[in-house]
This record gives sequence, C-alpha cells and structure tokens, in this order.
Amino acid sequence: MLNFIQILSRFRVFLLFLLLQGIALSMLFNFNRFHNASYLSTTYEISGRINLRYNNLQSYFSLQAENDKLREQNVVLLNQLKADFQSPEQGYKIVNGDSQTLGNRKYLYLSAKVINSSVNAQSNYITLYRGANQGVEKDMGVIGAEGVIGRVVDVSPNMSIVMCIIHRKSSVVAQIKNAGGLGEIIWDGKDPRFVTLIKIAKSIEVKKGDTVVTSPYSGIFPPGQPIGYVNYVGTDENTNTYLLKVETAINFYTIQHAYLVKSLLKTELDSLINKVKKY
Amino acid sequence: MSNLLKNAIRFILFILVQVFLLDKIPPLQLFIVPIIYFLFLLWLPFKIPKLQLLIIGFSYGLMLDFFTKTPGLHAAACTLVAFCRPFIIHLLLPKESFETNYVEPSIISMGFVPFMVYVLMLTIIHHFYLIFLEWLSFGDMLFFLGKLIASTGVSILLILITEMLFHRNVKGRSRLA
Repeated sequence: MLNFIQILSRFRVFLLFLLLQGIALSMLFNFNRFHNASYLSTTYEISGRINLRYNNLQSYFSLQAENDKLREQNVVLLNQLKADFQSPEQGYKIVNGDSQTLGNRKYLYLSAKVINSSVNAQSNYITLYRGANQGVEKDMGVIGAEGVIGRVVDVSPNMSIVMCIIHRKSSVVAQIKNAGGLGEIIWDGKDPRFVTLIKIAKSIEVKKGDTVVTSPYSGIFPPGQPIGYVNYVGTDENTNTYLLKVETAINFYTIQHAYLVKSLLKTELDSLINKVKKY
Repeated sequence: MSNLLKNAIRFILFILVQVFLLDKIPPLQLFIVPIIYFLFLLWLPFKIPKLQLLIIGFSYGLMLDFFTKTPGLHAAACTLVAFCRPFIIHLLLPKESFETNYVEPSIISMGFVPFMVYVLMLTIIHHFYLIFLEWLSFGDMLFFLGKLIASTGVSILLILITEMLFHRNVKGRSRLA
C-alpha cells in the first residue's frame, strides 16, 4: 500500500496530466452531449455578455452597410403588401390575417442581433442576443437578409448559439431552384466563402450561377430560402452524382442581423414521424 | 506589481486579443490561423510548481474554449504545453544559472537562441496537437499538414513581434535580497 502511494506521489504530475487530458478529450469528443450541459449555457451567458460589449462598439463601423441591407429588404417586403394587389375578380375580398384565405401560418420569424461570429475555425458558430426567455428554441433555423446562416444548437436564457452552414458537422437539405433535386449542403472546412452541395442526381441539369435554395423537406427552414449560387460544377465519380461548389449567399464576415425561423408545425411533424418510426 | 496580479492581467489580455483580434482577422490564406494566446503559458514564472502549472494550463485553455465554443480542444493542447514546458526548460538551461536571478523565461533571461528554441518547440507541440485533434474529428491529412506549417510560421512571427514590442522587466527581486 505504502509502495502504491509512493508511486502515485512520484508520478503525480504525469497522472494529473493524464487526468486533465482525459477530461479535455472526453469533452471534445462528446461535444454534442455536452451541448445540453447546463454549465455550458452559463458560460455562454458570460462570454456572451463580453461579446455584446465588443459588438456594441464594432457595429458602429458597419452601420452604413447594414442600413443599405435593411433598406433593400424593406423594398422587397413593401412589394409584397396586400394593398398593392388587386384581384380582377371582385366577388370576394382579401382580408388580412384571415386564416380562411391566407391558410395556416407555418413559419414565424424572430429578429435577433448577432453579437459574435467566427469564420476561421473548423467549427464556426455565431452567437445571437436572443435566448430562451425571448422564445428561441433548439433546432430553429436561422437566416440572414441574403440567405441561410445555420441552425440553433444551444440556448441560454438570453443568448443562443447557432451552428453555421460553414461548420464541419453542419448538414442542410437543399435543392436547385427551378430544377429541383434533393441534395445536402456540407462544408469541407477550407474556404468560408464556399460550401459543397452533394447528392444531386445527374438527371438534373445544373449550370454555373444556378441558385441553391432550401428544400421543402428540410423542416426547419421555409422552402426557397437562398443558400448560395453554384460556382463550379463537378462530378462525384463514386456515386455518379454532382459535386457542386456553392458560393454562400450570405457573407459570413459581415453578419450583423439574423432572423430565427420558428416552424409552427414542427412538433406536430416530429411526433408524427416518431409515431411512424415505431412500426 | 506582484507576479500574481501581472499574470492575472496577462491571462485576460491574451484571451481578449486572441478572441477579439486574431480570430476576427479574415483568413489571408486558407492555412494561416494566427495563434498566440498560449504565449501566456510560456511567460509564466520558472518557479511555478508542475502541478499548478498543469491546472493553470487546463483552465486557461478551457477559458478560451468557452469563447470559441469547442470545449476541450484548446484545454487539451494547453495541458500538453504545460506538461512539456518544465522538461524543455530543463533541457535548455542548467539548473543553477537562471532560477535565482530571473523570474520568467525571456530573451534576456535565457539568451536569444535558447529562448527561440524554447518558443519554437512549444509552438510546434501546441499547434501539432491542436491540429491533430481537429484532424481526428474531421479528416483531411494534407490540409492539416499545410495548416500546421503555415500557422506555426505565423505564430512564431507574432511571438517575435510581441517580444520586441513589450519589453518585460524579468529581473527578480531575489537578486536584490
């Protein structure tokens, strides 16, 4: 016993080193499970506060560009006003907000300020200043003015963490606008300006400049949100599908605002899918 | 200024510089990621006990991880740096010559060449382990090899600049006493 303790104390530095390495590596490789750990959201809350301070200063430098972007988006929205449309058939009236004519609302948008973002890492996240107290939930889709940003992976009371589409583990269901198809957007970890679209069948005609949009099957994004534009058309020799290099619609270097997409039918859809899985 | 206070300030400053300055730089080239935050560990006093050094290394790395949202990645690399540091110092310097006169490793206390070897070895250890861990989770060997070389080069350059900009008063009080 005494010998054992002596050996322990002799190698205590090495043993502590092994212990700390073990803790660090298990944290790293169980990352997704640790996402739910409550201590992490506390630390996000704290690091988020510091990010917010920094961002308040930083946002002054991009006010002009941000204003331009908002103005452009306003124009798009103004053009969709009900009052500007008139149906040639005057037999019925279009009533705003009436569920009989407008149908059920499926997606709800929440605005949020981006207080931190990263582009240089292999795992890129952005932090939003809006959290569980303000209605953010895990797995909400996040879009910017120009296109898709990512998916909420973690929520604290006032902040939320978004996994960008430029994250090595991100995967978004996508299709080619006007041509259809069913593919998947992934990132190879190299250039934050480009993502890769895989699994699009060769039967679909794709050319440079085509718009890649979210698929109606994605569940978390409204269909037809731009993800990017085809930059290079390649072929995956193994599966005989396309390997498309896609330039992201959103510029990850300059994000200041984001919209969270709440899919109102998601719980219903999920419970239905889970029910089917049981059979 | 006491050693503890000085190092506490460095602790905060290095993390802020890494998170809000270096990580914000748009990548000039795919491979180049400037990392200097671990210089804090290289600047810690000679006399710090090994066990404490390990714990400081681990918590320092973890602190950065909370900002980059990669729990464990930098903590693992920093723990390794903290573990290797005493051995490399021991290799480079005979035991009696420095410990009484100087507080912490620097060009003045160790000499230019030994200090550069010290920095270079620990930078390579740190970057190699960090990039190796990234490679384990993501694959793509060639890319990470390129990243290792380019990032090490840039980090060494940044550390040299930092050394020149901030002249550290490394003389210990023990000489006067």
